[in-house]
Order: sequence, then structure tokens, then C-alpha cells
Amino acid sequence: MLSTIASFINAAIIQGIPLLFGSIGEIITEKSGNLNLGIPGIMYVGGISGIIGGYIYEHSVEKTVPILCILVSLCASLIGSALMSLIYAFLTQTLKANQNVTGLALTTFGVGVGNFFGGSLLKFFNESGSISLLDTGLAYKKALPFASKLGLFGNTFLSFGFLAYTAIIIAIVSSIILNKTKVGLNLRAIGENPATADAAGINVNRYKYLSTLIGGMIAGLGGLYFVMDYTAGAWTNNGFGDRGWLAIAIVIFALWKPKSAILSSFIFGGLYIICVYIPGLSSSSKEIIKMLPYLVTIIVLVVISARKKKEHQPPQSLGLTYFREER
Amino acid sequence: MGSPAIELRNITKTFGSITANKNVSLTVNSGEILSLLGENGSGKTTLMNMISGIYFPDAGHIFIDGKEVVIRSPKDAFDYKIGMIHQHFKLVDIFTAAENIVLGLKEKGKFDIKDIEKKVAEISAKYGFDIDPAKKIYEMSVSEKQTVEIIKVLYRGANILILDEPTAVLTPQETDKLFAVLRKMKEDGKAIVIITHKLHEVLAISDKVSVLRKGEYIGTVMTSETDESQLTEMMVGKKISLNINREEPEGAQDRLEVKGIDYESIDGVKILDDVSFTARSGEILGIAGISGSGQKELLESIAGLRKLDGGEIIYHNPKTGTSDNLRDRTPTQIKELGVRLSFVPEDRLGMGLVGNMDIIDNMMLRSYKKGKTAFVERKQPRDLAEKIISDLEVVTPSANTPVRRLSGGNIQKVLLGREIAAAPTVLMVAYPVRGLDINSSYLIYKLRNEQKANGVSVIFVGEDLDVLVELCDRIVVLSSGRVTGIVDARNTTKEEIGLLMTGTKGDSLQSEFNQIRKDKKI
Repeated sequence: MLSTIASFINAAIIQGIPLLFGSIGEIITEKSGNLNLGIPGIMYVGGISGIIGGYIYEHSVEKTVPILCILVSLCASLIGSALMSLIYAFLTQTLKANQNVTGLALTTFGVGVGNFFGGSLLKFFNESGSISLLDTGLAYKKALPFASKLGLFGNTFLSFGFLAYTAIIIAIVSSIILNKTKVGLNLRAIGENPATADAAGINVNRYKYLSTLIGGMIAGLGGLYFVMDYTAGAWTNNGFGDRGWLAIAIVIFALWKPKSAILSSFIFGGLYIICVYIPGLSSSSKEIIKMLPYLVTIIVLVVISARKKKEHQPPQSLGLTYFREER
Repeated sequence: MGSPAIELRNITKTFGSITANKNVSLTVNSGEILSLLGENGSGKTTLMNMISGIYFPDAGHIFIDGKEVVIRSPKDAFDYKIGMIHQHFKLVDIFTAAENIVLGLKEKGKFDIKDIEKKVAEISAKYGFDIDPAKKIYEMSVSEKQTVEIIKVLYRGANILILDEPTAVLTPQETDKLFAVLRKMKEDGKAIVIITHKLHEVLAISDKVSVLRKGEYIGTVMTSETDESQLTEMMVGKKISLNINREEPEGAQDRLEVKGIDYESIDGVKILDDVSFTARSGEILGIAGISGSGQKELLESIAGLRKLDGGEIIYHNPKTGTSDNLRDRTPTQIKELGVRLSFVPEDRLGMGLVGNMDIIDNMMLRSYKKGKTAFVERKQPRDLAEKIISDLEVVTPSANTPVRRLSGGNIQKVLLGREIAAAPTVLMVAYPVRGLDINSSYLIYKLRNEQKANGVSVIFVGEDLDVLVELCDRIVVLSSGRVTGIVDARNTTKEEIGLLMTGTKGDSLQSEFNQIRKDKKI
């Protein structure tokens, strides 16, 4: 029994890490007032860019070096998701396009890019079969050396690759930056009331661009974690599924607080796979259980809207394009 | 009196064909309070926005401490130690007072909110503010928010303070407190400009008064050497003849009776307070008042768009001879009663027309319920659109052009044309010539006179007193949601209306109104 619970917790955390990356990225973006619904697409691109980088590296050297496997695929992933975020920022900030439409288009595009390269990468190199980057996957999955010596505790909480800890560190650092520094104060002011921030001499455009860029890159790491650590370097089309939308749901569930997003992600990760741990479920009831995260999000939305506590509301100008001339 | 802190010389600013400021010159010394007085649209706020870097003047010079400067952005203004407190506060609701005060400041060193709160407390103590730096803005009263705005500019070391209608939202007690603070700042050597149109406040607080009228600089007088009647005359000017025809109303009958209506906004502020008047057929009834005195809410109440808290709106139907109460009825129900009411709102593209739809489709907004089939009838609206375009000389490429692309005057013609085509018995128009050039304005006046001759009861909310006095038959004057007078436009003067509008005659009403507001803790 204990080992089942331990393995459930372990699995919940593993499922939760990509969600945590995605939700932190989205929180940082939304704090600037940009509602980036392109995050699911960006996470796909983050994943496939890592795969492409890793694949090219593994195929261009005789013997791979683990640290280089990580560096090359990590950089490729960051560049991929940065480009996607820049498309979003350019369209919504510079060209003042509608944020919802841009985001949704970007998600469709990102999923397409992922599946396109996932299906055709091998053909470019005249190979057949399916993508599997064993060396890179192993490098990412390397756990803390002493984890296995700590028995059940070590296996449950310390058996992850380095990206998992990175996610938690990023969440904590974001929380400190947002709440304890002047940069965070300025960023939050922009998300709440860009006209006020502008009048106070803050460069609204630069902040919005940077937060969208950084947020997108963090979210892209979620895709990278999924393909490198969770599936150990293998790509399957649509394998990432709807996790990107779940990450956006977590933003609401966590009330736009990075620290709360940590636990929320693990809860959602748990809800996402709990159907596997409930014995005797038919395949249709499994699908119903899979609805739980979304159901919980709706309930949270109802509760926060009803309570009307100002601190728990989304940034006031979320999703709105800011024109200085309209003041 | 100190040396000149800021001096403006021959400042001119135009927006398109409209001149907002023309050759304005004024000087404020340090340790001095200047009142900038003028009606709505006289260019007070535009002038001050040029000092605070929001607009850039077309011509003229600005001197600060005797040196000529160029102010291109709000940041430049901060650097010259100019601080403006806007009428609409620029504050982030969920931040504390202290967080709002330091927002955007590029001070070196650690970001320590406790330290900032201490500095805020020091400033508060120096000038006698009463504020909790850790309190969130959304928990604050209007007066507290204003205090935060003032501390914000003082924290940035402002020497020149501009306050745009600071007392408009305050109770008399809060106003007294504010004035005490302003006097302290004056003793401290700050130069202060306060924009207002309340004469008694001008006399109470300022050292000198500069008057603007329709963008033009009229003059500056020392407060100690002037009185209310001189200032009113400077503000409204001598009578100008506009040569608008005015026929005597023929066979006037009571058409719309407004009886003691009350309306409170969602926040519990009394917007309309016991408003009563009668609009007669074949007559133009003007409604004058400083903007925000309840004009918009009054028209919307009659049109059935607002739920009133008291009173009656009685419509006397000329066809059936019956009288109906329109209160608490929706626009559709009012129409079903056989009341032919047309409403030209002040927000033309927001409430009157749909900017992205073409002229024909906008005609259909009034007739989409007609016809028997599931499809809309487009023939009649097209004919109507063509007729309006030719009759009213609307300048447009075609009837299929989106309304948004037309100029302000043409948009107004389309809207007015549509409303008149509905053959109304009551026509309500709000600020119909705002932003229009002379020719369009005269066409709009002519149209209204035609309606009057047809026996329509026209209700006209205007801001230009010259036009109101020349065009209307009677004028209802509103001040803070109360009727302060109903005057015969043929036997009145602009001065009389001006005094009624500024509430000088109705001061007791004003304070009573404020007292009610205060009891409700707004």
C-alpha cells in the first residue's frame, strides 16, 4: 500500500513538472497583461526543438558527451520557444493584434510544427523507424547519485532529472522577483494598469516583450522535460497531448501565484494519472476521471469570481492591448 | 512672492481644425497659487497637459526658473520637477499607497517597502496628510486616493504642482482639508496651479486667477482685487450673435413631463435629484450644465435605459390623447406604447451607430424587426440611406462605407438623419455639434429648427452657452444633478446661466448633495 502511494506521488510529480514549467511561463506572461494562449503550442515547439538539436548532435559525433547532449538540446529548445514567443509579442505588441486570436493561432501552429518535424525529421536524414535519442534521454534522466541509497524517500522525491529541480527553483525565484523587487512591482503594475505604469515612466513595451519572451522560454522547457526525461528522448506525434491547456488552467487554480503553482501542478499531475491507480475502471470511466483537473478549474473560477477578493483576480488589463494614444 | 517658477509665452495648440489653446501666456511664481478658470472646453486641461508632457505645443515657449525648456514626455516633466494630479487618478488598485508612490522610480539601492513607507510618513507629517502607506488603493475613499496622487508627485520632488479639478470629487470637509494642505505647500515655496470652475473656491484659495475662454487667454487678475461677477463675465464673455433663426413656438402642448426623478449610480452617488420639467411640442428645450451634472443620465432615463429610484416620466400622446408613465419601461416597451422617441446620444459611435457597419446596416438598427420573413429587408434601409446622404449632404464614397471611416460631422448627420426619419414626437440630442466645424453645426441647427416647426418636442443638451441662448426657447439648468433654474432663453443672459451652472446661486444645494454623498461613505 505504502509503495503504491509512494509511486503515485512520484508519478504525480513527474506529470506535474511539465505543467509547472508551462504555468510559471504563463504566469510571468500574464502578469504583464499578455494572455498568451499560445503556450500549448510553444511547449510543443520547445519539445521538438530539443529533439532536433539532440538528434543533430547525436548524429554528427561518434561518441556523445552527456553534458553536450544536454547543452545542445537545451539551447535548441530555448531558441525554438523564444522564436514562438517573439511571434506572439511582435503580433500583439508591435502590430496590436488581438491576443486571443494570436495565441490560439500560435498553438495550432506550434502543434503542427511539432508533428511535422516529429514525422519528417528521420526522413531528412534518410532513416526510418521512430525518433529515439537514447544518449540525450539518459543524460537528462540522470538522478541525484545518492537518491537510490535513501530508500523509499529517495525514490519518491529525489529520483528526478535536473530539469525537475530547475522547475521548482524557477518557480521560487519568479515568486521572489514578482513580489519583492522593483522589476516585479513594475511588471505587475503594467498588467494591472498599463496607462498608470506608462505615466510613471515605465517602458511598457519593453516589459511586455521581455516577460512574454522569458515566460515562453520557461514554458518551452516543459516540452523539453516531457520529451527528454518523461519519454526518455522519444517523440510520438501528439504525445504531449493537452498538457499545455492544463498548464493554463493551473494559472487560474494557483491564482497567478508562482509558489502556489508548484503544489497545484503536482495536484493536477496527480489528477491527470489517478485513473491508472484506481483499480477496475473501464476505459470510459477513465476518461471521466481525466476531466477532474478541468472540473476543479471551473469550480475555482466560480469561487474566486463569487468571493471578489481583489488580490485573487486576474491582472486587470489581462488580454487587453495597450495604446498610449487612448489615454 | 517668489520668482517666476514657470512661465508660458504665447502657447498655441490645435487638434485638427479645432484650436484648443491660442496665444496663452501666464506666469506662476513660487509660493503662489494660481487658479485657472474657464468653462468646459475652454482649454484648461489641454494647457496643463502641455506642461506635464502629455501634449506638445504647436507654438510658444515654456520657461522654468527663467530658462527656456522643452517638455516632450511625462518623464521630462518629472525632471523639471513638475507634477500633475489628474482628474482621473492614475493608480494601481491592488497596490498599497507606498507601492503606487514609488512605481517607476529608478532609485538606486535596495527595494525596501518599509523604508519607503517611512519616507511617505515623513512627507505626510510635513504637509499634514492623513494616510496609511500600507493601505490598498481599492480600500480607499476618493479623497485618500487623491492624497496618494499628491504624495506621489511630492515624493518625486515636484516644485510645481498642477491639480486638475481636484475638488470635483470631494466633500466640503475634504475640500477644506485639501486647501489647508495646499496652503502649507505654498508656504513651503511650491508653485501651484489649480484648475477649477467653482468661483467660490477660486476666491477662497488662490492668489491670482487666469481665465480662458474657448481656448483664448482672457486675462489674469489678482484674487484680492476681483469678485464673482467680474470673473463670471471674463469666463462667459460678452454676448456673441450667431444669427440662428428662432421662430416662436406654435400651438405648444405639453408632451413630456418629467416629475421629480431621482437616480443613484451603482456606488450610491446621487446623480439626479428631484429633477422636474416639462417639454412642449414645437419647442426646443435646452439643458445646460457643467459636464457630469447628470445630463447623460437624464436623457438615458427618458429613453428607458436606466432604472430610476423615484419620480415619473409622463408622456402625453398627441394621437390617442392618453398619458403614459414611461418609468421602468424598456425602449421596446416604450415603442410599443406608441411613443415616438428619438435619441441622439453623446457617444455617437458607442451608443448611436456601429462603427464597423455601413450606413445601410446602421439604418437597419432601427428597423430590423420589420418585415415578415426570416430575412432582413434591405431595400427600404438602402433608400433611406441614399436619401439621408443626398438630403443632408453626407460626404461619403457610398452608402456601403463603414460609418467609422466618415468624419465626425458626417457621422452626426447619419445618426441625426436616421433618428429624424423615424418621425419622432420627442427628439433628444446630446452635444450634437461637439467636434463639428461651423458649416456642419449650422446644418444641424437648421435640422433641429425644422423638427421644431413640425411640432416635435426637441430636448437639446449643449455646452456652448451662446448657442443655447440663441437656439432654445427655454433652458433647464442642471447643477450636480439638481435643477437650479428653468429660464426663458429669450430673456436671459449667459451670465445668469453661468451663475446657475457653477452653483453659485445654489451653493446650499451643492453642500447638501455632498453631505448625502458623505453619509453614504463614497
